[in-house]
Amino acid sequence: MSAEPDGPEGRLRRFATIWSRAVYPVTSTSLTRAEFEEELLPLARRLSGLLRAHSFDAEGAKAVGAALVDAHCTDPEALTRTLDCVDAYLVLYCGEEDPEAPQDAPRLRSSRLQHALAAGYAQALRERTLAEQESIAQAALRAQGVVAQALHASEARFRAVFEGAAIGIGIADLDGHVLQVNGALLRMFGLSSQNLRDRRVQDWVHPEDAPQTWKLYEELVRGEREHYHMEKAFNRPDGTVLWTNLTVSLLRDADGDPQYQLALMEDTTERRLLNLRLRYEATHDALTGLPNRTLFFERLEKVLAAGEGQRFGLCYLDLDGFKTINDSLGHAAGDRLLVEVADRLQSCATAPGEMVARLGGDEFVALTTGPGTERTVDELAERIMTALITPISIDGRDLMVRGSLGIVEGPAGERTAAEVLRSADITMYRAKSAGGNRSELADPEADARAITRHGLTTALPTALERGEFFIEYQPLVHLGDGSVRGAEALVRWLHPQHGVLGPDRFIPLAEHTGLIVPLGRWVLEESIRQARAWRERYGEETAAGPLRINVNLSPCQLSHPGLVQDTVEILERAGVAPDALCLEVTESALIGADDDLLKPLRRLAEMGVDIALDDFGTGYSNLANLRRLPVNVLKLDRSFTQGMQRFPADPVDLKIVEGIVTLAHSLDLAVTVEGVETGAQAEQLRVLGCDTAQGWYYARPGPPERLHDLALMDATG
Amino acid sequence: MERPAWAPRSIDISVPSVSRIYDFYLGGSHNFEVDRNAARKAMEFMPGLPKVMQANRAFMRRAVRFAAREGVTQFLDIGSGIPTFGNVHEVARAAAPGARVVYVDHDPVAVAHSQAVLAGDADADVVAADLLGPAEILASPQVERLIDLNRPVALLLVAILHFVEDADDPYGAVAELRDALAPGSLLILTHASYEGIPLPVERAEGAVDVYKDIRNPLIMRSRDEIARFFEGYDMVEPGLVQMPHWRPDSAPEDEDPFAFSGFAGVGRTA
Repeated sequence: MSAEPDGPEGRLRRFATIWSRAVYPVTSTSLTRAEFEEELLPLARRLSGLLRAHSFDAEGAKAVGAALVDAHCTDPEALTRTLDCVDAYLVLYCGEEDPEAPQDAPRLRSSRLQHALAAGYAQALRERTLAEQESIAQAALRAQGVVAQALHASEARFRAVFEGAAIGIGIADLDGHVLQVNGALLRMFGLSSQNLRDRRVQDWVHPEDAPQTWKLYEELVRGEREHYHMEKAFNRPDGTVLWTNLTVSLLRDADGDPQYQLALMEDTTERRLLNLRLRYEATHDALTGLPNRTLFFERLEKVLAAGEGQRFGLCYLDLDGFKTINDSLGHAAGDRLLVEVADRLQSCATAPGEMVARLGGDEFVALTTGPGTERTVDELAERIMTALITPISIDGRDLMVRGSLGIVEGPAGERTAAEVLRSADITMYRAKSAGGNRSELADPEADARAITRHGLTTALPTALERGEFFIEYQPLVHLGDGSVRGAEALVRWLHPQHGVLGPDRFIPLAEHTGLIVPLGRWVLEESIRQARAWRERYGEETAAGPLRINVNLSPCQLSHPGLVQDTVEILERAGVAPDALCLEVTESALIGADDDLLKPLRRLAEMGVDIALDDFGTGYSNLANLRRLPVNVLKLDRSFTQGMQRFPADPVDLKIVEGIVTLAHSLDLAVTVEGVETGAQAEQLRVLGCDTAQGWYYARPGPPERLHDLALMDATG
Repeated sequence: MERPAWAPRSIDISVPSVSRIYDFYLGGSHNFEVDRNAARKAMEFMPGLPKVMQANRAFMRRAVRFAAREGVTQFLDIGSGIPTFGNVHEVARAAAPGARVVYVDHDPVAVAHSQAVLAGDADADVVAADLLGPAEILASPQVERLIDLNRPVALLLVAILHFVEDADDPYGAVAELRDALAPGSLLILTHASYEGIPLPVERAEGAVDVYKDIRNPLIMRSRDEIARFFEGYDMVEPGLVQMPHWRPDSAPEDEDPFAFSGFAGVGRTA
């Protein structure tokens, strides 16, 4: 609305502007001053009207005061400035000349209006203040109600968590008085809440408490530790033991001062029992109940880790011939036998630090420890051997039980458990190969040999592929004329680390692994090839007949189905006649041989291959058996000739050799003697009627060229 | 220990509240003696504090009107406090009838008061939540009901960020909110700063200490630090400026010197 500046409307606006300028700085409105002035304009108009009204209207002026409060002029300074403004300018800008009225009537009216306006302002401000106070108080109350409700819900939730938890929860003060426990904890302890609260935490001592248990507790209640965790046992009123996984925490108040202790516990009793049982089962042999290999190793390792001055003694027992018992009487009987043996062994090791375990099968170990095991281990071994003497009665039969015992004794801290056990195993095998039913004491050299044996066994297959084997030949000399009649092929192994190894070092291993068959075939091929070379060189006939090659045949080869065919093929391929070959078979290989085993030998013999019975006289020579064996030559073991190295020769040896020679010749067998080392020996044997001989006296085994030299010497000599 | 989400925030009206102190500065009586004591103590150091609050309100009013003129009719006011007068929904509706507003505050009393004020108002509501839990705010039923996040929103962070310490990562919270808003959205923000206060810093620190004493520390940030809250948003003219300089309706020279304490700005996302 535009107005004439000097018209009534313009004057009214001027008043509103002055008023708003005066009050605006003390309001808290977010309006601009211009906007604020627009808010005041109606109020100014109203005041103007009241000033000029016929009669005084207090309520109207009060309403203007109240409107000021509504315009957020809540600072009383706004009232002061309003009143000043009204007092100074209302009459000036809004009054009108009324000649009828008294001179000071407008000022009087203005003054009364100010009083009413102030009253209206005060009343409105008071009401507004009270209303706002009420509304904020209500808001606070409602907010508190919401919070209280939430707290209540939260409290209920916490209580449900506390009561419903599967884990036992208890709270005690720092003196150990139990304040509150949950249901799970009561069930674990089998106690009523009251009974539990009558006890103090410190009363729950148990003999199985870990040593630091109560130290940790004291630290916690003193506030030096925030929590600790342990496995702890508690006695239940019914006498049983409760095992728990226990965590105790310190609860502090808002200022950080220790206030309560909180225990959380999980019942681990059953798990613990199960663990114990599993542990027992994992460490004990199900059949005999003895500790098993696992437990024994743990124990042995502990013993070996013991300090200086501590020693150990170990007996490693393997029953002799257990397989036979198992095979003939059945596994049930075998098991019962093992149980009885286990019982007897157990009774042998009763001293502290002694232990018996079953390693598996029929292998048992007994361990003794302490400083004096040099003596105690012997006693232990003796007790064991004695315990086995009494026959064991199974199904009404009295079974003789014998065992081979390997003994290892030594200081702790030098060897590992595996090394000790291997040594004991090796030693036990020594006792076994010495005939069994005996004990042997470990010997480092024997161990070393056995350990080498293991290495050799694993190296054998590649050795054959790599051509590490070669053959030496030892001449066979006719005792009658001293001529070279042939040679024995002796296989050697040029081992990359161990150098040249003799057959005694690896043939048994090759037999054990089955490699003897390909190795034997190779030896045969190689020897036959050599025989052919000789024949080409010297012709079919030497002065004393064709040169023959002797090749050893192991028991394994003997029973190999391809023996005859392989041999025939090799001979044919080389174009060598069968009579140039003599196969040497040990006497022990033929003991108890049945016709099936002899058949291939017989066929070879029929073809013209000579068969020599090697090492004759070392086994249980069954002389009656000689007749049915397809044998042409007896090779007398060197043990018979040793007695003849002396002069005069041992008369008993002489008689025996003489007897054998007579027997052999009567069966149409030639006799070859091994191990001839002196001329006297050779002469003696010739007198006794032996046919051929070999030994260092003539020549050591050597390369094939050496034989060439000998043969030449023989031919020229 | 971290307070679990479902545990209630404790309420203690014997402790001064920044919302009620703010109300007192604006001439309201929605406050208790503890609030007034704290307010008066701060005013001993900075007598112009009510003018600072008033400048904040005046800026907010201009910014809301600006938003409405730009066609933004959805408002999310975080840290709304106790609405004494001239609230966002009043200003917004005056400029754009039908505007929708969601207020957010973590003070249970402020929330209860807002609920009373807004009772029966279908287009405005309040959420009890914390600025530091943006996901909770955005997923609240109130926001769900009143605000379409696929359309531009005016997000108001007026006089709130200076109550959040860096350790609580206010930048992360604001970033999360910014990222949730549709293109064309506006960020309306004011923040306290030592820059612009017509007093030596030592005196202003006295007022800051009062807030520290009531466990609601006031974090004064530099203009550059405040500008980082707008990261990724384009500043609307005249940028981040002292409050009276932001699109004034009347001459800034006429403003109280204390109105220049702190910065205000509006950012827009493309």
